[in-house]
Amino acid sequence: MLYLPHTTDDIASMLEVVGVEDLDGLFSTLPAECRKKDDLNLPEPLSEWELNDHMEALSNTMAVSPEYKMFMGAGSYEHFIPASVSYLLSRSEFVTSYTPYQPEVSQGTLQGIYEYQTLAARLLGMDISTASHYDGATALAESLLMAVRITKRSKVAISSLIHPLYRRVVKTYFEPTGFEVIELKYLDSGLTDTSALNEMDDLAAVAVQSPNFFGCVEDLQAIGQKAHDKKALSVACFTEALAYGLLKSPGSQDADIVSGEGQSLGIPRSFGGPALGMVASRKQYMRSLPGRLVGQTKDLDGKRAFVLTLATREQHIRREKATSNICTNNSLCALAAAMYMASLGRTGIRELARLNYDKAEYLKKELKKAGFKISFDSPTFNEFVVELPTDSAATYKRLLEKKIVAGLSLAPYYPELTNHYLLCVTETRSRQDMDRLVSEVKS
Amino acid sequence: MSKSIGTSGLILNEPLLWEKGRKGRCGFSLPRRDVETCPLDKQLEGDGPDFPDLSEIDVVRHYTRLSQWNFGVDTGMYPLGSCTMKYSPKTNEKQASLPGLAGAHPLLPTTLSQGVLKMMFELEQYLAEITGMDATTLQPAAGAHGELTGMLLVHAFHKNKGAQRSKIIIPDTAHGTNPASAALCGYRPVPVTSNEQGILSAEAIAEIMDEDTAGIMITNPNTLGLFEENSCEIAEVIHSKGGLVYCDGANMNAVMGIVDMGKIGVDVIHLNLHKTFSTPHGGGGPGSGPVCVKKHLERFLPVPRVVKQNHIYLLVEDYPESVGKISAFHGNVGVMIKAYSYIRSMGPMNLKKASQLAVLNANYIKERLKGTLHLAYDRPCMHECVFSDEHQKAQKVTTLDMAKRLMDYGFHPPTVYFPLVVHGAIMVEPTETESKEDIDEFVEAFKAIVTEAEQDPGLLHEAPKRPKVRRLDEVTAARKPCLAG
Repeated sequence: MLYLPHTTDDIASMLEVVGVEDLDGLFSTLPAECRKKDDLNLPEPLSEWELNDHMEALSNTMAVSPEYKMFMGAGSYEHFIPASVSYLLSRSEFVTSYTPYQPEVSQGTLQGIYEYQTLAARLLGMDISTASHYDGATALAESLLMAVRITKRSKVAISSLIHPLYRRVVKTYFEPTGFEVIELKYLDSGLTDTSALNEMDDLAAVAVQSPNFFGCVEDLQAIGQKAHDKKALSVACFTEALAYGLLKSPGSQDADIVSGEGQSLGIPRSFGGPALGMVASRKQYMRSLPGRLVGQTKDLDGKRAFVLTLATREQHIRREKATSNICTNNSLCALAAAMYMASLGRTGIRELARLNYDKAEYLKKELKKAGFKISFDSPTFNEFVVELPTDSAATYKRLLEKKIVAGLSLAPYYPELTNHYLLCVTETRSRQDMDRLVSEVKS
Repeated sequence: MSKSIGTSGLILNEPLLWEKGRKGRCGFSLPRRDVETCPLDKQLEGDGPDFPDLSEIDVVRHYTRLSQWNFGVDTGMYPLGSCTMKYSPKTNEKQASLPGLAGAHPLLPTTLSQGVLKMMFELEQYLAEITGMDATTLQPAAGAHGELTGMLLVHAFHKNKGAQRSKIIIPDTAHGTNPASAALCGYRPVPVTSNEQGILSAEAIAEIMDEDTAGIMITNPNTLGLFEENSCEIAEVIHSKGGLVYCDGANMNAVMGIVDMGKIGVDVIHLNLHKTFSTPHGGGGPGSGPVCVKKHLERFLPVPRVVKQNHIYLLVEDYPESVGKISAFHGNVGVMIKAYSYIRSMGPMNLKKASQLAVLNANYIKERLKGTLHLAYDRPCMHECVFSDEHQKAQKVTTLDMAKRLMDYGFHPPTVYFPLVVHGAIMVEPTETESKEDIDEFVEAFKAIVTEAEQDPGLLHEAPKRPKVRRLDEVTAARKPCLAG
C-alpha cells in the first residue's frame, strides 16, 4: 500500500527490537472485551485510477457553473479565484504543516497569518483581527459570548435579518449557558427595527448584519449608537466580505466587535465548508478575543519574526477559563484570503466590489422593467429580494430545468415572505446570463 | 554534526505585503464590465481598505519565499504527539478540487447535489463502523468543535431526562480543549488523577461519580500514549449513576479495526479527520471533527441529517429533539472529501495495518530511546510515547533546548510540555507513514543531541541555529502585543 512504507523485513527487525512476536502482540495490554472481533465492514480499497472515476462520477451529478447559472448567495458566494492563488495555496509547506507551536520553523505560516490579520482588520476598519474561526456563524456566536464576558451581562439582542442559519447556530451555542437571545423584528424597508431596544436593559450586545440577509445595507452607525446608549457592545456581522471593498466599513461606524464570513475572499464554496470565520475588535477588547493571535517580535539576533501570542486566553493554557475552546481553526483558508486580498490590491477590490454592485443593480432594473416587484427599497450590495408572482415554485422549477438557479426561496425562513426570492449577482454572472433570467421568468 | 540531515541553505528574506508593491499594480484579472456604473448613495460608500497594490509576480514570489521558511510533513518527520502528522495523499487534494464538488452551493436543491450527499452518507457510515457506534454527524468543523457538540448532546440527553447535571469528570491528562468545551456547556470540570501506571482506575472514578455528574470525558488511548485498560469498568461506574461516557477520539490512529469503542461503553466519540484520516493540517486547519453516537443519542444530533430513501439522498430537518446547528451549513465538506477518499483508498485491512504500524513505530522509538532519554512510563505504549528531560537536569538542559536542537538536525520537534502530568514532557508520535530508516535517523539525531547535552550544552542553549530565525522573544510579544501592521 503506497502510504505504508514498511516491508516485511522492516517489520520483522522492528518487532525484534520491541520484543514482541507479531503485530497483534503489540496490543497485549488491551483487555479482550475491548477488542474488535471481526474485520471492519468497509468497501475494498480502490486504486488511484478507480478512485478518480468514482469521485468524478459523484462530481458530475452536481449542479455547478458553467453548466448552471447560479443566482444564489445567502452566505455562500461564487467569485472568481485567480489561478495564482490556487497554485500558491497548494505549496505543501503551507498545506502539510500544523499549528506553528515551534515558530523558528513556521515563519511562513506565522508571517502569512500576521498579514491576513492585518488585511482583515483593514478591510473591516478595526484594530485587531484574530487568526480565523470556523465560519461566519460560529464567529458570530463567539463574538456574542465575548460581549457577554466583557460586559458581564447575560442578554443579547440580534436582528432577525441576520442569516437564519447563523441565528440557529447562536441559539445552539447559547442554549446551555442560560444567557438570553432576543430577536429584533424588521421593517417594510428591509432593515432591522431597533425600536424594541428602547425598552431593553442589561444588554451585553446588539448584533446586526450588513448587508443583511435581504441584501440591504443597514445603518450600523445609528444602531451602534443605540447599543452604546444602553451600554451594550455593537456587534456587526456580515456574510459577504467583498461588500467592504465598496461600502463603509463597520469599524468606521463605531462597531466594537465585527464577525463574519470570509469565504468570498478566494475560498471555493465546497458545499459550505471549509469556510472562513472572521472576528475583529477594538484594541481595548484584545484580551477577551477568542482564538489564535499572531504577533510580531524579534529573535535573539534582533531579526523581525512572528509568533503565536497572548496564549493565556487559550484552551491549552487556561483550560476551562479560556475565552474559547478553539484549537485547530481555518488557517489555510485565512492564508487563501490574504493571497486573494493581496492579489486584488486597493484598486482591484474597489473595482471588483463596484462591478458586483453594478451588475446586481442592472438585474434589479431589468426585473422592474419586466414588471416584477423588488420587495425592499433600501440600497443593497450584490443581493436583493424580488417577488415572483403566485405559483412561484412552479416558475422556479421551470427555471431549474433550464439550468438557471433563480436564487433562494425565502419561504422556509420567513413564512410571511412566500413567493419572495433572494437573488445574488456577482462578477461571475454576465449581462447575457441576467437577460436570459429575466426573459425566462417573464414567459 | 555528522549525523544531521538538517543542513544550511539559501533562503530569501521577504518583507510584509504592505512593505512592497507599487500604486496601480494589480495581481487580479478584473472581469469584463458589461453593465453601466450605477449611482451609489454617498452615505454608504466607504474609502475602501488600505491594501497594497501588488502584481501577480509580487504575490507569487512573496508566498513562494514564505513557504520555504516552513517545515511540513512533506519536508520531513513531524512527530507531534497527539496530532497524528501522517502523510496526506495527493490524490485526496485532486478529489476535493473536482469542479462539481469544489463549486457546489450548500443550499442547492437536494436533487442537484446527490453526489456530495452520497459521499457524506457513506462517510457517516464508515466512521460509525470504525468507531463501533450507530450514527454520525459531520457538522463539527474541528476536534474542539466536535467536543462541544458532544457536550451539547450530553446536555440534551440529561435535559430530556428532566434532570440537568452540573459537573463532568475530566482526567488530569486531558487536552485543554476538553475542559474548555465542557465549560461552554456550563459544566464544572471535576478532575481525576491517573494512577502510577499512567491510566485511570475505576475506583478513583467511583469515588467522585454521583448523580450530579453528567459523565466523563475520557481520551483513549490517553495523552500518555497508553490504553485506558479499565475503560469498561469505568463506563459501568458512570452508567450506573445515569451518566454518559464521552470519548475524545483524537488518538484513534492507534486502534482502527482493533478496538470497538461501542463495546467498551462509549456513548459519544469525536474524531479528527485531519489526524487519523490523513487530511492535511493546513498550518492550523481547516480540520473536521465528526461525532459518532450510540442509538440513544441519535435523536439529539445536529440537523439537517443526510437520509437515504429509495436510492435518493435527502437532507432532513425534522428531528424535534436535535441540539440544533453548530455550523452554518454542513461542516467542512472539502475536508470530508479527502477523508472519504483516504478510507476508499485504504480499505479495511490497510486501516487496521496503519494502526498496527503506528503502534509498532512508537514502540520501536520507545525501545531505542529509553536508555538515552527518561521514559515516563516504561510499559507498552500505543501510537505515541512520552519521555522527559529528567536525565538532562544535571547539565541544565531542558526539553525546550533539546526540541530546538532537533530542528538543526532536520526534524520538527515532538509535542513538548504536554501532558502536564509529566514534567518536561516530550510526546513523540511518529505515525505509520514514517519508514524504519527515517525513524532510525530520528533516533540517531536524538542520541547525538543527548551526547551534545553532556559534552557541549551551549550548543543546545543556542539552538536552533539553522532555521530562518533563532529563538524568539515571546515575553515581549505578549507584554507589548503587536497584532497588525
